[in-house]
Amino acid sequence: MTHNFTVSPDFNPSHISGWYIFNTWLQRAINEEIHLELYNSATEQRKAIADDQVQLIYANPYDATALVRDKGFIPVARADNKTDEAIIAVNHESLILNVEQLTDGTRISSTDDPDVRMMCMIMLEPAGLNKSNTITIQRDAYILIAKDLLKNDADIGFFLEDTYNELSDITKKQLRPIVHSQIHVIHHLLLVGPKLAHKKNDMQSSLLSMVDDPKGAGVLKSLNFERWIVVGQEEAEFMIDLMDTLAE
Amino acid sequence: MKDMMPDDISGEYQEHMFSYHDGTHRKVLFTNIETQLPEGSLIVSRADLRGIITDVNQSFIEMSAYHKDELIGQPHCILRHPDMPAAAFGDLWKMVQQRNKWHGYVKNLRKDGGFYWVYATVIANIRNGDITGFTSVRRRTSRTKINEAETHYQTL
Repeated sequence: MTHNFTVSPDFNPSHISGWYIFNTWLQRAINEEIHLELYNSATEQRKAIADDQVQLIYANPYDATALVRDKGFIPVARADNKTDEAIIAVNHESLILNVEQLTDGTRISSTDDPDVRMMCMIMLEPAGLNKSNTITIQRDAYILIAKDLLKNDADIGFFLEDTYNELSDITKKQLRPIVHSQIHVIHHLLLVGPKLAHKKNDMQSSLLSMVDDPKGAGVLKSLNFERWIVVGQEEAEFMIDLMDTLAE
Repeated sequence: MKDMMPDDISGEYQEHMFSYHDGTHRKVLFTNIETQLPEGSLIVSRADLRGIITDVNQSFIEMSAYHKDELIGQPHCILRHPDMPAAAFGDLWKMVQQRNKWHGYVKNLRKDGGFYWVYATVIANIRNGDITGFTSVRRRTSRTKINEAETHYQTL
């Protein structure tokens, strides 16, 4: 039986090959057939989850909430020293220096990644901005958000910090972050669904030892991860509680 | 809880004595010096069923001006500012114990006597159907909302 694995669509496109390499490595490590299916948007991915087509997922914190609470997924691991933070950026020539200078009617370029969107909307609250007094331009990829800012088609752009940092130097020179989130305690999680849950312990021991194995270390490098660390149920539950407090 | 100490205070201060339900008292010292929560920062803490702090993040430590070991094991009211009327927190415990989310604008007291305003959210941690504690997240809010809350709290 083949199990489907997917990755939250907010990952950097330059790591696509890394996820395929990881999938090959994982299949050998736990002796299971696993098919990697990548979706173009959070909406497409959520439909696949709702249809029970996913048994293993590297999920963003927002989706992890529904997966654990409603679908019975359990936490396996997360990347060490990687927290999910968001950035709001402007064109480098913009007169906007901080959030509180933003006004009603601000044009926001954003993907449909719910965690980044939620973190960034929270960062707009000190300016009194919300869904009802801003204009959102939805894009499928972070590079398109950068383009909107460069062409002045949007006033601000929402980015996952990791993805922003991996934009090309030429692009970043033409942009300027006005605020970074400093949450420190939320992460993407590798979660396993009920049909593959019997492999959780095998996965955890394989993932933990990955850093000590030359092949595994190469796979980690292709994902830009230092190492995996195990995530217990309570750590995941705490993060989910935190996401609940933030969701309106 | 220990009284606040003049040596910890920056600037001119006033005194206020809080009396708690268990018959204990605490003297707090407060100034009119405001510290703004940095943009993008979220203050996160967890408490047990009695409201005793069990975990805090770095932003909590920085904004409260306490060391982590001075916070863990203390009740959340270590941060209560004299300008916050009890009625402002009115339905907090009832709401979260009924498994609802509580929101409110809160003026918090720092160890150095200064204050900071936040928009706070508290939820119950539910494990296997039981409430095992509480998570609180505090974030920066707009000056307009702060002014509205200040005006409202003066009437309570």
